[in-house]
Amino acid sequence: MLKVTGLYKVFNRGTVNERVALENVSLTLEKGDFVTVIGGNGAGKSTLLNCVAGVYPPDGGSIVVDGVDVTRLAEYRRARHLGRVFQDPMRGTCADMNIEENLALARRRGRPRGLSWGVTRREREEYRAMLEALGLGLEDRLSAKVGLLSGGQRQALTLLMATLRAPKLLLLDEHTAALDPRTAKKVLELSDRVISEGGLTTMMVTHNMRDAIRYGNRLIMMSGGGIAVDVSGEEKKNLTVEDLLKLFEKARGDGEEIPDRMVLG
Amino acid sequence: MQEIIIGAVSLGLLWAVMTIGVYISYSVLGMADMTAEGSITLGAAVAAQTIAGGGSPYLGLLLALLCGMAAGLCNGLLHTKLKIPSLLSGILTMTALFSVNLHVMGKANISLLRMPTVYSPVASLLGIDKGLSVIAVGLVICAVIIGLLYWFFGTEIGSAIRATGNNPHMARAQGINTDRTIIIGLVLSNALIALSGALIGQSQNYADLQMGTGAIVIGLASLFIGEVLFGKRNFFIRLSSMVAGAIIYRLIIAFVLKLGMPADDLKLFTAITVVLALTLPGIKKAAQSRRRALPGGPQDA
Repeated sequence: MLKVTGLYKVFNRGTVNERVALENVSLTLEKGDFVTVIGGNGAGKSTLLNCVAGVYPPDGGSIVVDGVDVTRLAEYRRARHLGRVFQDPMRGTCADMNIEENLALARRRGRPRGLSWGVTRREREEYRAMLEALGLGLEDRLSAKVGLLSGGQRQALTLLMATLRAPKLLLLDEHTAALDPRTAKKVLELSDRVISEGGLTTMMVTHNMRDAIRYGNRLIMMSGGGIAVDVSGEEKKNLTVEDLLKLFEKARGDGEEIPDRMVLG
Repeated sequence: MQEIIIGAVSLGLLWAVMTIGVYISYSVLGMADMTAEGSITLGAAVAAQTIAGGGSPYLGLLLALLCGMAAGLCNGLLHTKLKIPSLLSGILTMTALFSVNLHVMGKANISLLRMPTVYSPVASLLGIDKGLSVIAVGLVICAVIIGLLYWFFGTEIGSAIRATGNNPHMARAQGINTDRTIIIGLVLSNALIALSGALIGQSQNYADLQMGTGAIVIGLASLFIGEVLFGKRNFFIRLSSMVAGAIIYRLIIAFVLKLGMPADDLKLFTAITVVLALTLPGIKKAAQSRRRALPGGPQDA
């Protein structure tokens, strides 16, 4: 479903701040794979996700989603294939627009937009049912401004928006990092449910080793702009935090430290 | 006195069209579009030249509208395709328009005295004088524009434009071509501003090369007055409040002039109004939180 080959990305090229963020990263995801991505600060996990999403154009390599080469495709053009949830709850929704308008924008992802109504009456009923299934009490607040919602509610809504039209690839970029632990757990469980119900191919960046082990069928650890560890299947199921720390120790580059939040989170 | 009020209301209604244009760029897209200063004069110039050349005043309005769209398109392309920051791209377009306007007019001003305007048929048909006919035409045009925009911003494209101004990251993640939505917004905004210029020029019987100077600040002042008085409850009220704001701005100006403020200080007065409108909400909030922090404040009650 996703085939990344020899991906290369440099920031601030030609300046003293030049930094190679991704170095020859290759990765293939089969349909239905749920891979968790973990790694220290600056390991390249968010850069990888953002390159796949089209936020940064890569400096080398190729990205193919379901047989379509999207390497040079503008961010808004490849959005039709992708569902995304961001770390910052403010980033995934429009605060000044109401819940149904946000959902309606997501429903039209990858479709031509014309002069018909932005939200139709029939859609409204659909949204109500979807929000009811979410169990956050949002079904009666369709016309409430999203800016009034809590961070957790906004992330849940963004998740619903990302999966409203089944994406070929779901990209979760530390989407629970800004939430309190209880809310984070709820949003993670919701994500897991949505992913398994829809059989969605997913990449989830997280800083939490336990979550990286608990969720998904495959785990990737990034270090110094490359993939250092790649475990799946039985091996992944039996993985412990201690194993992961050892693997990280072995794989890490010089001077790279394990951030506390990765271990303690 | 009555004459002053009629004058202020009629001028306010025509500037309301411009204020709604500023609303689209400033509030919907979140950009301070300086092109406004050039496109309002462009509208007046094109309409005046059309009439002076023997053309219909209504054709003049249409041509002004189209030229305003072109100005908005230029600015939109500079900003989105050439990646020039929006404030600078607006200043560049405005500066370029100064020469364009001079070419259109051929001289610093064009008089429309004793020539037909869009108001003259209305005045003779209803048997009213020019001041009232401007109000009649202004009301109809404002109502039509509010109706059209209320519909447009409820459509798929309109929603996409609002989303772009609100959160461009989210818009792109939802497959919205934000370059295109910004351009459409700027085209629409400058079309209205040029239309407003054409209407103003015909109401005062001349087009002047300098009439756009400070226009954006007047538009913003009207916008803030409308916002303060009527809030942000829903889109229909917001659009209507632009009209009310523009009229009230003109009434305030007429009032302070009557009180003896020299006309030379008008722009200074308007600029200070905008500064106050921009800073007062912040100061108010800071004062409130300070009061809350003090023991015995409202929080402790």
